[in-house]
Amino acid sequence: MDAADLRRGVRDVAPLLLGMIPFGFVVGIAAANAGLDLVQAVGMSAVVFAGASQLAALDLLASDAPLAVVVVTAGVVNLRMLMYSASIATYFRAFSMRWRAGLAFLLTDPAYALSIAAFRTDESIDRRAYYLGAAVTLWVIWQVTTVAGVVLGAEVPDALALDFTVPLVFLALTTSAVEDRPTAVAAVVGGPAATVSGGLPLDVGLLVGASLGVVAGVGTETLGGADAD
Amino acid sequence: MPTSYSDPAVVGAIAAIAAVTFAIRFSFIALFGRLDEIPPRVRRVLRYVPPAVLAALVLPSIVAVDPASGTLAVDRLFAGALAGVVAWRTEDVFATIAVGMGALWTVRLLFF
Repeated sequence: MDAADLRRGVRDVAPLLLGMIPFGFVVGIAAANAGLDLVQAVGMSAVVFAGASQLAALDLLASDAPLAVVVVTAGVVNLRMLMYSASIATYFRAFSMRWRAGLAFLLTDPAYALSIAAFRTDESIDRRAYYLGAAVTLWVIWQVTTVAGVVLGAEVPDALALDFTVPLVFLALTTSAVEDRPTAVAAVVGGPAATVSGGLPLDVGLLVGASLGVVAGVGTETLGGADAD
Repeated sequence: MPTSYSDPAVVGAIAAIAAVTFAIRFSFIALFGRLDEIPPRVRRVLRYVPPAVLAALVLPSIVAVDPASGTLAVDRLFAGALAGVVAWRTEDVFATIAVGMGALWTVRLLFF
């Protein structure tokens, strides 16, 4: 493995850590608020390693939603990673199945975005070294910030309403996900639909809202015809 | 609110989420050679999952009904709207949290 490319992965991911630190902290606080102990909270961050889905799952666990709804919702939140998997698969084809499984386990938004950019511009890069440099760094920081959130979050008084940081994180991520008119429609329909269906049994409001949002986005793209792109 | 689920139930849910998430991540990386492209139709639908899901996660927490009075929680609505403008302009997680929490605390300090 090329040590220089490994270091390059670590270096490239460094600026992104600043945005990830508050996110991991919020996940730790949310886990503590949902009643998870330190081992459960860190265990979740270690094996799931996908912040948005962790927050959604913790939110639903805290409101005692059915476990099937908790799991399905987290899965839906992570569906976008199907696209990353398909897109990066071609660069990992030379590795053994065991290595591919390990690399897949560490696949996240920033690791994908950085690696795909590096692989495209530099044919000779040691892909595994670069990817691991970025992805393992992200994984380690994710565990550290989760612990910090669980430990320090418990000391913060309720009056500070730190639980409100969760929707704020999602708010920033939503604006990043809105790229054009159809994606904007998906958000503008999905949000209110989830709010209105918030009273539905089994806490399925999120799934109902998200589904309607996706349908609205696809519909807008279809109606928009040629100028959809 | 802490969950009422037992520890084994929580651990089981975490394990199931981890398994589902790994299956999604590994899907095409494992299948490469047999299936190297997502069908265009599926790709089209997947594009709208992030904005729809994320918006569905945000809005119900910002347009929250206060259980005590049965009215809208105005502090959250105001702070959320202001943070929304910042999120829209900067797309920055840290700035959005800073402005949203700052606004929430200010409103609570001044009016409650």
